Amino acid sequence: MGDTRLMKGNEALAEAAIRAGCQGYFGYPITPQSEILEYLADEGRKRGMIVLQAESEVASINMVYGGAGAGARVMTSSSSPGISLMQEGISYIACAELPCLIVNVNRGGPGLGTIQPSQGDYFQSVKGGGHGDYRLIVLAPSSVQEMADFVYDAFDLADKYRTPVLILADGALGQMMEKVEFREYIPADHVPPKPWATTGKLKERARNFVTSLHMQPEQMEEVNKHLQAKYRTIAEHEVRYELVAADDAEYMIVAYGLAARVSHRAVQLARAEGIRVGLLRPITLWPYPSAVLQSIASRLQGVLVVEMNAGQMVEDVRLAVEGRAPVHFYGRMGGVIPGPDEVVRALRAIVHNEVAQAAEAH
Amino acid sequence: MSPEITQDLTAEEQEQLECVYAKPETLTETRFHYCPGCGHSVVHRVLMEVVEELDIQDKTIGIAPVGCSVFAYHYMNIDMQGAAHGRASAVATAVKRLLPDRYVFAYQGDGDLAAIGTAETIHTCNRGENIMIVFINNAIYGMTGGQMAPTTLLGMKTSTSPTGRTVETAGFPIMITNMIAMLPGVAYVTRQSVETPNAVRQLKKAFTKGFQYQKEHKGTCFIEVVSNCPSGWKMTPLQANKWLVENMFPVYPPGDIKVPA
Ligand SMILES: Cc1ncc(C[n+]2csc(CCOP(=O)(O)OP(=O)(O)O)c2C)c(N)n1
Ligand code: SF4
Repeated sequence: MGDTRLMKGNEALAEAAIRAGCQGYFGYPITPQSEILEYLADEGRKRGMIVLQAESEVASINMVYGGAGAGARVMTSSSSPGISLMQEGISYIACAELPCLIVNVNRGGPGLGTIQPSQGDYFQSVKGGGHGDYRLIVLAPSSVQEMADFVYDAFDLADKYRTPVLILADGALGQMMEKVEFREYIPADHVPPKPWATTGKLKERARNFVTSLHMQPEQMEEVNKHLQAKYRTIAEHEVRYELVAADDAEYMIVAYGLAARVSHRAVQLARAEGIRVGLLRPITLWPYPSAVLQSIASRLQGVLVVEMNAGQMVEDVRLAVEGRAPVHFYGRMGGVIPGPDEVVRALRAIVHNEVAQAAEAH
Repeated sequence: MSPEITQDLTAEEQEQLECVYAKPETLTETRFHYCPGCGHSVVHRVLMEVVEELDIQDKTIGIAPVGCSVFAYHYMNIDMQGAAHGRASAVATAVKRLLPDRYVFAYQGDGDLAAIGTAETIHTCNRGENIMIVFINNAIYGMTGGQMAPTTLLGMKTSTSPTGRTVETAGFPIMITNMIAMLPGVAYVTRQSVETPNAVRQLKKAFTKGFQYQKEHKGTCFIEVVSNCPSGWKMTPLQANKWLVENMFPVYPPGDIKVPA
């Protein structure tokens, strides 16, 4: 049975974490996501969760390591500068194969930047961020509803693959209030037990140890091969995206998160003007929905990537499109959210320019 | 008894031997990789003897640091986690919070605990986390080849203080254990050593108390072991232990610093 409420994105995410049976939260305040810690310090504790305000994000992520290593369902959340501080720990967690949830409510950077919404952490989220060859499953919500829903999915995916999962939102999704319906959390049937966890060595089993250190290069290569095989499996099975008005589209906008919501409106406005445009909204930023993009690219006149950054995901779009269609970019930086009208203008320029070029060629 | 020692004896002779000293079950068969005379080996053994004697192998979770004892989990036959450099006490905090009926300890060197991990150390202790922290103070970075540590003595030569540590360039040796003792959440602070059999016996008592206080939820127990690093100090084990008594003890005097009321 659903339970419908009006909530901020951050609070919805926190509420969903409690409902998903998260046992431990470790975090440090930073705008625009402190409501997660605040909500859990109240509601989470009341409902039996261990909630600890750590001395830093460095401590937080290492607490997540410890808690996950002890077999508990655990999470942390932060915003851009705090996520940067966590990168060493995230790399350790990925290598030690510890399931956990990390939430980044992205704000404008670089540096201390601004507390306003941004997508400037795309590269950091999907290309590594920390050291070594590892990946995070990255889920990008675009509504308060998805801020809640993706928490359930994230914990299940983390357990299924023994891997850290990142929810990459932005300040607007964290702060805005929308209707959210909490469905009952039913763990995915594939959630495996954790016989590897350090819970105390019983007589009948060998000791468990959690580590990311393998001194022999051949051994470390085996660990890497194992991780890469796991990432290939994830890439095969866990790609998620949404297609809007794609069937007859001559142009596609590609955007995720808040930029996708803005672009959705832009698609409606442009269609009213007679521009046949659709929207591809990647939901998993890693693994990236490259295949779908590849399959539709050759029938497109052009692709417009809309991001709240200087152009990061556009690189993955270009890799997928592989020159089958021209790829354009429109972005705002530093915490500025583009309006649908701006996106339509960018689209118009592409369409008209291409029409003009086509006329010239004739 | 190891096969090398007993192989010269007949089966009959072997049977007559009385076992007076055995490896505890809480140590694995893996040989220590530590340099000859290194304090880490002794501390590992003593700690694991206590775990065996208290019969808490199934309830104890250790956190290994980054430092020479990074492979502690290969020797200690208990469940363990290897933490990032400096973060063992944060890792231990979460394990203990989520498994409150287990015994949890963090085992850390001076670089790990008192340089890169200072914030975690102080805040773990300030929260009074109900864990035991074992702090191996050998006044040097052993693992990375003998660089200056925050606990390096004034005048002491290391690869990064080649003419001896000076206050002007590196400040004073950090008295982290005394700082920790000031925090109200901390129940038990003691400074021990391993250079003589008697010191080893005292250390064993301290570990036993540490686990006992943890059982009684007294708060953080912090046990410093003034240890050696024959390789980093460029001394024989005997010279190192002599040097330790003459130079380390005046700055880091052994004894209890704080005991529960
Ligand atoms: C983030 C990070 N910085 C630096 C290192 C390199 N490093 C490994 S061990 C170590 C110092 C260890 O010294 P100490 O904690 O005193 O332990 P010991 O080896 O003397 O037992 C350093 C600097 C690292 N592994 N990780
Ligand atoms: S380098 Fe020093 S601390 Fe490390 S094992 Fe050798 S003697 Fe021990």
